[in-house]
Formats: sequence, structure tokens, C-alpha cells
Amino acid sequence: MIKKIVSIVIAIFATSALLIGVKDFPNWADPNQPASLHVSPRYIEETVAETGVPNMVTSVLADYRGYDTMFETSVIFTAGVAVMMLLRRPYKND
Amino acid sequence: MISRWEDIIIETLSRFLVPFMQIYSLYVLAHGHGSPGGGFQGGCIFAASFVLLVIAYDIFEAKKRFSEKINGIFCALGVFIYTGIGWLCLLLGGNFLDYGKLSKILPTDPVMARYYGMAGIETGVQITVMAIMVSIFLDLATAGRHEGALEEEDVGVDSK
Repeated sequence: MIKKIVSIVIAIFATSALLIGVKDFPNWADPNQPASLHVSPRYIEETVAETGVPNMVTSVLADYRGYDTMFETSVIFTAGVAVMMLLRRPYKND
Repeated sequence: MISRWEDIIIETLSRFLVPFMQIYSLYVLAHGHGSPGGGFQGGCIFAASFVLLVIAYDIFEAKKRFSEKINGIFCALGVFIYTGIGWLCLLLGGNFLDYGKLSKILPTDPVMARYYGMAGIETGVQITVMAIMVSIFLDLATAGRHEGALEEEDVGVDSK
């Protein structure tokens, strides 16, 4: 019982600590928030001139953030190999 | 689940549907530059066509078209294409995955070389995602036994 009360108190304190941080967040879809001021304008302006791709999502995914996508593919490969190692059993092959 | 159901309507319909699904997946891959799409989505659609074959027919019929060995090779081939293009850019004097340097071997300017480099890596992603999805589906659906699961089902060894 005392354990439950302690964990509830800890949860309340942790939640309020996080909620205090929320009030410093920028407004929703604010064009002047820090995340929109750093590299986003350059991607929006230069994508077609630099990569020839009309779709900005593709240019960020495959070119500017190519490492990220490479390791995403590696993660899928690793997941598949892990499933093979865990589940695949030898079977009779007549 | 994997054993043959033998329903002529389902088999005929899925036989007609499979090529359209595969062409649609290649469309999603090729138009990933101009519209939503790309290697991950296209690979999943391509894998869905094999899953449909396994469900409508059986695992033997699907493996006749896409054997386990080729599937395993394709799993690694996609990652190899992706990293291979990265290394090729490195060998041509640029940074890793710097597709602009591919213009030295492609008959285009650096801007379009980046376009084709992206198309190349999306193809690699498509191949890996397709092969891995088929492999995971077969392993999960048959508890890793593949054709062995069907034989045990018929004999009734694994009925518990």
C-alpha cells in the first residue's frame, strides 16, 4: 500500500515537472519557432535547384538525411534476420 | 491456414490481381519523387502480392515463383545497393552518399545525378523491404517451418 502511494506521488511530481516545461513550447504551427528557422527554409528554397526532385519529402529523406534512411533500411534487414534466427526451424526437404 | 483451400473464384481473382499489384508497387516506387511514395511503401505493396499468393494458393505455389534462396539473397541485395551507391560516391571523390559525384559516370549534370542517385537507393530500399516482409510473413505464419508446417498439419502431429 505504501509502495503504491509513493509511486503515485512520484508520478504526480514527474508529470508536473514535465508540464512546467510545456509552457515554454512555441505555439502550434508558429512560423518563427526555432525548428522552422534553422535548416527548413533552405530545404524549401533549394530542393529543386540542388536535387532536381519536385517532392521535398523525398529530397530530405533520401539525400539530405541519407544516413538516416540507410540505417532505417539496415534496421528492417536486421529485424528480418532476427525473425529468421528465432523462428526458422529445419524441415525435411525431400 | 497455409494448406490449399482450392476455391476457383479466389484463385482466379488473385491470379489476375497479382500483376496489377506489382505494377502498382513499381509505380509507387518510380513516382516517389513527385508524389507520396517511395521504397518503403512500394516494397510493402510488392510483398502484399506474394502474401496474397500464399493465402489464395499455398506456400508451394508461392515458393515456385519466389524461392527461399532468392528471397534471402534479395534481403541483403537491397542494403548492398544502398550502401554500394554510398561507397561509389566516396570512390568518385565525394562524401558518403554524395550523389552529385555520380555525374562523373552518369551522362548527366550533378543536379540530375542526385535525382538518379535517389532513385537508385529507393530501389535498394524497395528490394530489401519486399524480401524481408515476405520472409517475416512466411516465418510467422508457419512458425518457421515453411513447407514442414503443411506436412505436419496433414499428419496431425502438431494438432495440440
